[in-house]
This record gives sequence, C-alpha cells and structure tokens, in this order.
Amino acid sequence: MSNETSATTTRRGQAPRGERIADWADGRLGIYSLAKANMRKIFPDHWSFMLGEVALYSFIIIILTGVYLTLFFHPSMAEVVYHGSYVPMHGIRMTQAFESTLNISFDIRGGLLIRQIHHWAALIFLAAMMVHMMRVFFTGAFRKPREVNWLFGFLLLVLGMFTGFTGYSLPDDLLSGTGVRFIEGVVLAMPLVGSYLQMFIFGGEFPGHDIIPRFFTVHVLLLPGIMLGLLVAHLILVFYHKHTQFPGAGKTNKNVVGMPLLPVYMAKAGGFFFLVFGVISVIAAIASINPVWAIGPYRPDQVSTGAQPDWYMGFAEGLVRVMPGWEWNFWGHTINFGVLIPILIFPLVLVAIAVYPFIESWVRGDKREHHILDRPRNAPTRTGFGVAWLVAYFVMLIGGGNDLWATHFHLSINSITWFVRIAFFVGPVLAFIATKRVCMGLQRRDKDKVLHGRESGIIKRLPHGEFVEVHEPLSQEQLHVLTQHEQPTPLELGPELDENGVERKVTRSQKLRAKLSKAYDGEDNIIPKPTVEEYKEISSGHGHH
Amino acid sequence: MSETGRHADVPEESLPSERTAHDSAPVKADNPFADPGLPAHEHRIQDIDEKAARRSERVVAYFFLLSMLATVAFIASYVVFPIDKIVFIFPLGHISALNLSLGLTLGIALFAIGAGAVHWARTLMSDEEVADDRHPIEAEPEVKAKVLADFAQGAKESGFGRRKLIRNTMFGALALVPLSGVVLLRDLGPLPEKKLRGTGWKKGIRLVNQSTNLPLRPEDIAVGSLTFAKPEGLEDDDEEFNNKIAKDALMLVRIQPQNIKDKQELEWSHEGIVAYSKICTHVGCPISLYEQQTHHVLCPCHQSTFDLSDGGRVIFGPAGHALPQLHITVKDGYLEAVSDFAEPVGPSFWERG
Repeated sequence: MSNETSATTTRRGQAPRGERIADWADGRLGIYSLAKANMRKIFPDHWSFMLGEVALYSFIIIILTGVYLTLFFHPSMAEVVYHGSYVPMHGIRMTQAFESTLNISFDIRGGLLIRQIHHWAALIFLAAMMVHMMRVFFTGAFRKPREVNWLFGFLLLVLGMFTGFTGYSLPDDLLSGTGVRFIEGVVLAMPLVGSYLQMFIFGGEFPGHDIIPRFFTVHVLLLPGIMLGLLVAHLILVFYHKHTQFPGAGKTNKNVVGMPLLPVYMAKAGGFFFLVFGVISVIAAIASINPVWAIGPYRPDQVSTGAQPDWYMGFAEGLVRVMPGWEWNFWGHTINFGVLIPILIFPLVLVAIAVYPFIESWVRGDKREHHILDRPRNAPTRTGFGVAWLVAYFVMLIGGGNDLWATHFHLSINSITWFVRIAFFVGPVLAFIATKRVCMGLQRRDKDKVLHGRESGIIKRLPHGEFVEVHEPLSQEQLHVLTQHEQPTPLELGPELDENGVERKVTRSQKLRAKLSKAYDGEDNIIPKPTVEEYKEISSGHGHH
Repeated sequence: MSETGRHADVPEESLPSERTAHDSAPVKADNPFADPGLPAHEHRIQDIDEKAARRSERVVAYFFLLSMLATVAFIASYVVFPIDKIVFIFPLGHISALNLSLGLTLGIALFAIGAGAVHWARTLMSDEEVADDRHPIEAEPEVKAKVLADFAQGAKESGFGRRKLIRNTMFGALALVPLSGVVLLRDLGPLPEKKLRGTGWKKGIRLVNQSTNLPLRPEDIAVGSLTFAKPEGLEDDDEEFNNKIAKDALMLVRIQPQNIKDKQELEWSHEGIVAYSKICTHVGCPISLYEQQTHHVLCPCHQSTFDLSDGGRVIFGPAGHALPQLHITVKDGYLEAVSDFAEPVGPSFWERG
C-alpha cells in the first residue's frame, strides 16, 4: 500500500523532505496509523486536569537533574577527612557520599542549583501526585473503566515516597542518617525475621558500609525504572480511555469535548512543562533545601533537635511518634508493637484509598462506564470518606511534627501527642459527618437554584410596598449541569424478608452490601433532584421569582 | 501552526454547529433540563482583528526572545561569578551569587518558553471546541468470541490440559528456579547470631569523655550536666568507629543518691553518677536532651522520655522499654565499667526477650 503511494508521488518528482522522512519511518514503525488515532485527539479543558501534568513534568525534571547528579556523586561509605573548599568542615571525618555532596554544592558550578532543583522537584512531584489523586477521587474519575489506571497512579505515589526516602538518605548527613537508623529500628521490629533482615539489608550491624551504595541502586535504577514503566502505562491508558470531562453543554458520556492535541494541547502541555521547570528553577535559586553543610556528616551518637523527614513521610513519622510504647515479652521473645503497629497502619491507610474504587462499584452495583465527572456534592458518602481520609492524613502530619508544633506554638508536646492520638480516630468521623452535611446542603442549594433561579442581588419594590429580590432563571446549560447527575436507588435485599418475616437465604455480605448501598444512595443521604414537572409548575404557575 | 484554513482538517460532521442541530434540538422543546448541545463558538479579538492577532504574535515572540537572552545570561553568569562569591540580597540573606544567577536565568529561560507557547495556544491557535466520539472499552462480542476460540485452539494444540505430566513438571520447574535467586541473596550480610546482644563495654574499660577524649574522673561529672562517654580505646578514626559508637555511646549524669528511686540503679552507680546507654530503645536515635530538675531525658527524634532517676523507665512516648544502665565503679580515680550492659542496647528485636 505504501509502495503505491510513494511510487505516485515520486513519479511526479520528489515529495517534500519531511514527508519522505515520515514515509521512511512509517514503513518501519507504522507512525501514520499511530498519528491518525492520536494527533488530533481531543482533550477537555479544566484547571484541575493540569495537576497530573505537574506530577509528570516534575518527574521528568527529577530524571534530568538526577542523571546530572550521578556524574558527580560517589555512593560510597568509605571514610575520608574533608579538605575541600567549604572551610568550616575542614578536618572532619565523613563518608565519600557526604564529601561528594559537599563537592557538588561547593566545587561544581551549578551543582548546588541542580541538587536543589532535584530535591524541590521531588517534593513537588509527591505533592502534585497527591493533589492529582484527590482530584480524581473527589470527582469519581476512578470509576470504570479507569480503576486499573487509578491503581497505577497509586503505585506511582507509593513508589515515589520510597524513591524520595532513599534519595534524601544518600548524602549521609546527620539528618538522613537518623532516618536510616529509624529504618533499622523498623526492620528489627519485624517478628521472627527482623534481626536477619537487618543484617542482610545493612550487610552487618548498623550502619556498616553497604547501605548507601545499596540505597543508591534502589534510588537511581530499581524504583525509577519501575516508575517509568508505570508512568508510560498510566499515560497510554489516559489516551486509550480518552480523558474524563465535567458535565456541561454538549458533553455526554459518549463524547469528549475539548481541543485537539495538535496544536493546542501540544503547545499548552509542552509549554506547561517549561513553566513548571522554570518555576522550580527559580525556587531552587532563592530557597535553599537540605543544606547538608549546615547539618554535618552522620554519626550514630549525634543528632539534632527538630529532625523531620521530607513532608510525604511525615504521615508515617506521625504514626511512629504518637504510638504508645507497647512491647510484649514472652518465652524469651519480644514483639515491639510500638513500632510494628504504626508500620502496619501506614500501608493500611494507603491501601484504604487504593481499593476504594472497587468497594464503591461493588456497593453500588455499578458496572457501567463513566466519563462524565461527578460534582463532589452529588456523591456525599464518597466525598465524606475522602475528607475523612485527608483529616486522618493531616492529623498524623501534625503528629509527625509534634516537636515543631510544641516549640513554635509553646504547647506541651505531651498534649499534642494526646490530641493526635484521639483526633486520629475522632477527627475522621466528625469530618465524614460534617462533609456529608455540607454536601447535602449544597445539593439543596442546587435544587433551589434550579427551581427558583439565581439570586440576582436586585431588590424590587412591588406596588403594594413589599420588597422582593429578583431571581434570575438559569440558562439551559446551567439547568442541565445541575440536574444531569444520576440518583440511583439503593440496592434492596428483596421483598420476602420485610413483609412476612419468612427466612430467605441472605448472606452476610449481601446484608452488608444493602446497608452500605443505603448509606450511599438511601433517602437520608441524597436530596432528590428537581423534576421537570416541579420546574414547570413553579416557572409557569406562580410567575416570577 | 496553520494559520489559514485551520478548520479544514476537522471532519465536517464533528464541527459543533452540526452536532448541536442533530443531537439536542428535538428533546429541547419539552425538557428544560436537556443538554442544549455545544454552544456556538465565540470569537476572540484575535480571530476578528488582524491587528490584535499581530500584537499577540509579537508578545509570543518577545517571550521567546527573552528566553534566548536569559540563556545567554545563564552562560555569562556561569563564567563571570566565582563559585564562592556570597552576596547579600534583602529578603534572601547571604546567598551564593552563582546559584542565584544561574537559577534565575535558567528559570526565566524556561518559563519564557512556556509562557510564549501557552500565550500562542490561547490567543492564536483555534479555540473552537470539538467533540469526539467515545467507543466502549469492551470488545465487541464477535471479537471476544474470536479471541476465546483462538485461545481454546492454542491451548488444545499445546496439549496443556491433556498432558498433565508436562504441565505439572513445568510448574514445578518454574516454581523452583527462582530459589537460586533467593539463595544468592544469602551473602547480603552475616547472620545476627549474638551480634545485637553485646557492646564494646566490658569489665575494666574506662569511660572516656566524648568531647575531650580524656578518661573521666567522678569529679568531672557535675550535678545538672549531661556528659557523653565512649569506651577507652575507641578512636574516631577507627575503621569500625561508626558501628561501635552506634551501640557503645553512653550518657552520664549525677543525681543525689537519695533521689535515686531504683535500688539496682543505686547499686550500679557511683556517688550518684549513673551511666545509661545513649541509644534510644525505640528506634535507636541518640538521646540528647536532659532536664536537670527532673532527671528526665528526651529523645529528639520521637520524643520518648526516660526517667534517669528511676532505672531509665519510659515515662512518655513510643519507646517500649527502659534504657539499659551500665554498671560502673571507680578504680585508680577513674570511672570504669564493671561489665557490659546486662541487656541489649537500642531498639528491641524478636530474639531480645
């Protein structure tokens, strides 16, 4: 097929050079078929869709700067005495890892900038992933067919956390070494295998000489390699599923409305990469991050106060700090619940949000594809759960910085710890209830707006002296947006059970499902949206207001 | 890109006006909540006024020019500023001139490209919204039937289900082969054996002051002060210094003997001088904060608090057991250990007991 077309073009003379190159590539790679499906692919526009882009671009920035750093960094724990250009550290014993980090900061021109871009981009990467995940969660974008992509994203977040941790451990400074010692304690707390794992991970007793080179391999090869694969899969699925869109005029579950990849998104998204990179460069120019020269090299018998992990580990840090020191001794063995329970809760909290899409689809019995995003208020239970999760997360973040809260706000560290212990359980429940009520309130407001129009702020005086506010009827697009969402009825167990009390085989999981389904879609949790009849009666019958 | 005829490559049927007419017109009449369809495209000033379009073009070009200038400035800063030049800039304080100039110029060079591209997209490229159809992700039933049939055919031809001997031995082989990889991990490190139980302390080893490197005498330990010590013979430049100090680090305080609540603590002390492991029993941070009045020490990492006047008992925080105490005495005027710690120092582990 391609032979024929190229034959016809060449007979009349040469095709343009670009076309000939494209022909060459197409004959070997099939690029025309690929481009046909994707070049003019439609992407909907909304500011919140750019959060994932921030994550993607900061990841690319991390890789670029990370490669540069590997050219100068020595992941070695061999000890040296420092004689470099940072005078205050002269004569101090340190590992080569720390020495080369100082060299990158003080002897390589631009090295400090790249180091700071790398670290800032890592913080932003994790934050962007987190916020992107929240956007996807609260708008229900994780629903079929995107559950697998949600899991890919979740894995990226978790792997990102550990890549970050292994990364900031590499300079072997006093702060990061303390974090590595924490890992030793965590590994030792594992029942049965703890001390073996500790010996194997560290190549002997803490700190040994192996942990930095091993972390280096994990940080620059193993984890980023997996993440790159997941990232590509994540993006392929975004293309394959086509992007979700918010409800609006002309937007249905069967179409995608927006602007084409070429040229608009190519320019906007491509440009946005440079915007993100530019902003991070400026941050790295003016705000110092992880100044290891002020912290000093690691020594197991030294520590500074106010030691904090990077923010994305603050949640785990909080769990470890506020857990009571429970420890069991029996038959010559010890179980250290004080460390074990926090490091079990840590993945459980993460998994709770990871499996949520599957739970929701099971509870609601919803197996259809969803491409129109939910407005968070229209899914009060989901929104409530999301806010409850965030509250638990942020309470633990407070716990992770309890010493800083204590010193900055002159509070007792013991009371902060107790507050966190209680708030971790109570806070999410209160947040769930409050959020649900706010959502219901907003649903009522939507209903009111649909039936009575928008408050215009214009006061009118009627002939008999009464003052009324003029309500402006909504446009058809607004009416559509406020009423297009579904309000499914909750799943029922079946009629036999309630009427006659006749025993019907109902499994426990069915009962649970019916209960949860009622919590999702039951009358008490949803404001029935206005019907066309209600609207017509009000708008025609009583005239204006 | 293609300034002229930019609608040419959009298929006729996906132009918004067409779709609106098709999809929504019939429903609209009786349902006020119905989807009104894509709104008509509103022209921007640049679409109508060529002058405005040219102005936008200039703005975009200025951004790209700015980027070029910033890159030149980046290279200039790289050459001009010495790496150790520190300057004072008001809200930022004393900072490296090179880092600041490189970062700002790089930031501007990158940001200007982005700003130019986005401005170009927003003002000059078509902003007409287009609708594209979605197709179900699930395959058509015929496709699914074909795939299942193909699979059944392939499975049949392989004899996978019929020849159970082959199948089972293959599973066995595949299950065993990763074991080689696991076995290879054995030499990642030594076995724990008794390594975690003992430290470098034993009978007769003198306590050496960490900061002065001199053996400690009882009169060196003042009331209210916190002194850090290491075993005699352990030098900072020893090959295994970090490994050893990770377990041997010691802290000494002096408490009035009548204030020591724990009987064994009193026996293991000397004139009220008590020696405790500096390594927190939670996850191994060095404890470094001492409250003189209460004799409480606090680990700055996770805030475990221990009472040094009561056997190193945990009084707050996540640590699970008391700090180990070192039995000390005085010989020839110098403090020395009577034995190693009676229990392992640092975080607890399964075999600790």
